[in-house]
Amino acid sequence: MADMKEVIKEYIVDEYLDDDDDIELTDTTPIISSGIVDSFSMVSLKAFLEKKYGISLPDSEATPEAFDTVQSICALVQKHLAK
Amino acid sequence: MVYSDRTRQLFADELTSIRGKGLFKEKRFICSAQDAEIEVEYPEGAPRRRVLNFCANNYLGLSSHPEVVAAAHQGLEERGYGMSSVRFICGTQDIHRDLENRLTEFLGTEDTILFPSCLDANAGVFEAILGAEDVIIADRLIHASLVDGIRLCSAEYDTFKHMDMKHLEKKLEAHQDKRHRLIVTDGVFSMDGDLCPLGEMVALAEKYDAMVLVDECHASGFIGKTGRGTHEHFGVLGRIDLITTTLGKALGGASGGCVSGRRELVELCRQKARPYLFSNAIAPSIVSASIKVLDIVSGSTERRDRLEWNTRYFREQIVAAGLNIREGETPIAPVMLYNAKLANDMSRDMYAEGIYVVGFFFPVVPAGAARIRVQLSASHTKEMIDQCVAAFRKVGEKYGILGLDKQGIIDKYGM
Ligand SMILES: Cc1ncc(COP(=O)(O)O)c(C=O)c1O
Repeated sequence: MADMKEVIKEYIVDEYLDDDDDIELTDTTPIISSGIVDSFSMVSLKAFLEKKYGISLPDSEATPEAFDTVQSICALVQKHLAK
Repeated sequence: MVYSDRTRQLFADELTSIRGKGLFKEKRFICSAQDAEIEVEYPEGAPRRRVLNFCANNYLGLSSHPEVVAAAHQGLEERGYGMSSVRFICGTQDIHRDLENRLTEFLGTEDTILFPSCLDANAGVFEAILGAEDVIIADRLIHASLVDGIRLCSAEYDTFKHMDMKHLEKKLEAHQDKRHRLIVTDGVFSMDGDLCPLGEMVALAEKYDAMVLVDECHASGFIGKTGRGTHEHFGVLGRIDLITTTLGKALGGASGGCVSGRRELVELCRQKARPYLFSNAIAPSIVSASIKVLDIVSGSTERRDRLEWNTRYFREQIVAAGLNIREGETPIAPVMLYNAKLANDMSRDMYAEGIYVVGFFFPVVPAGAARIRVQLSASHTKEMIDQCVAAFRKVGEKYGILGLDKQGIIDKYGM
């Protein structure tokens, strides 16, 4: 779990933040409701998770709410890994 | 009647919540023709005031130009008021064809199809040409209507960091397995005034076998030496596969948009684009006025040159006054305030000083990036620009932000 959080954080920093952004990303930093990631750009995060963890996230579950923090993203991935 | 009290209450609650968040858009009425100086009723019911307009997309000052108005009259007299038909049934007059040909020539493309608006062009183009085997790779800050169009299309999509060509290249590499790759960007970004580095983008497209679509709404008529647009500015005229643009801003400001580009892609739009197939044709008066606009902008660069001068002058003066501006060279000049309330309060005070400008904040721009977006026009005189800068100086002084950098303003007002 700790490992998964790090992997996801690293992806978010790489994919969405610029070098001059001084945002410290924690497990509970809101990324969508705060505007760091907009819902249009969320699609690459979803594709990354699906590929990395070999899961398929239905649109009904890949919501802006579920994708809002590293913690909630991990919970969603764990749920699908358990299936 | 099913609009029950309960139903009404639910909708009213939603409006209350929008108001509560400070996001409610008030009505503002312009009681004169669109121009550099206008008469405004704001708030609703307040006495009318004459103010200088620094928030219109009237970049070339053609919205109420006498020759354009006369051409609209002529179109009205000769071809009537309305078409009462979509284009492909009985809504295409000879002048629609003329306008499409003139746009093709002006934009340096192969063919053009008119839409009721550029929002319609953007909504319809993707679905008409791409399918599930394809991928769209878009800049993260493209216009909302492109986002909507992309979502209506079955192609996969992906995004890259705003104007980051390295990130775009990574995405192009990652999507080499798709049938078609289409890169999507704005030529000039409407909120920041940024110019997309189209030269580099086209080179990447050629390297990775991708097509390029550019939304030129805030560029057509004035960016580039003869005003053809961002592709002219970067020396890639003729190498853009699809341009979407509007007649509703610099090019007369009435309404109408188009998709212009590769012959086959435009022809596919004529066969399949839903806003073209299912919405009424542009009115004849607008079509003939738009042809006149193209005569004017092709005949002389005087207006775009004036706009370029005005842009440079305003940008220099506003920096000298100690305000923060997003650097650039386009007539969209955002005065950065970062804090939403500050942007709102300052725009209200600017109005009291006789300058009509609007504050923008989240969700229209990213959180913590609130601003007053100033838009220059060829019809502004030097004196008008001086007045605008003087008002910014006075209002900026009141809020104690003159000479402060980004961090200084954030320390004082927060994000
Ligand atoms: C970048 C951009 N694209 C498209 C549009 C839509 O154009 P139209 O007003 O013709 O629908 C606008 C603004 O209106 C815009 O700013």
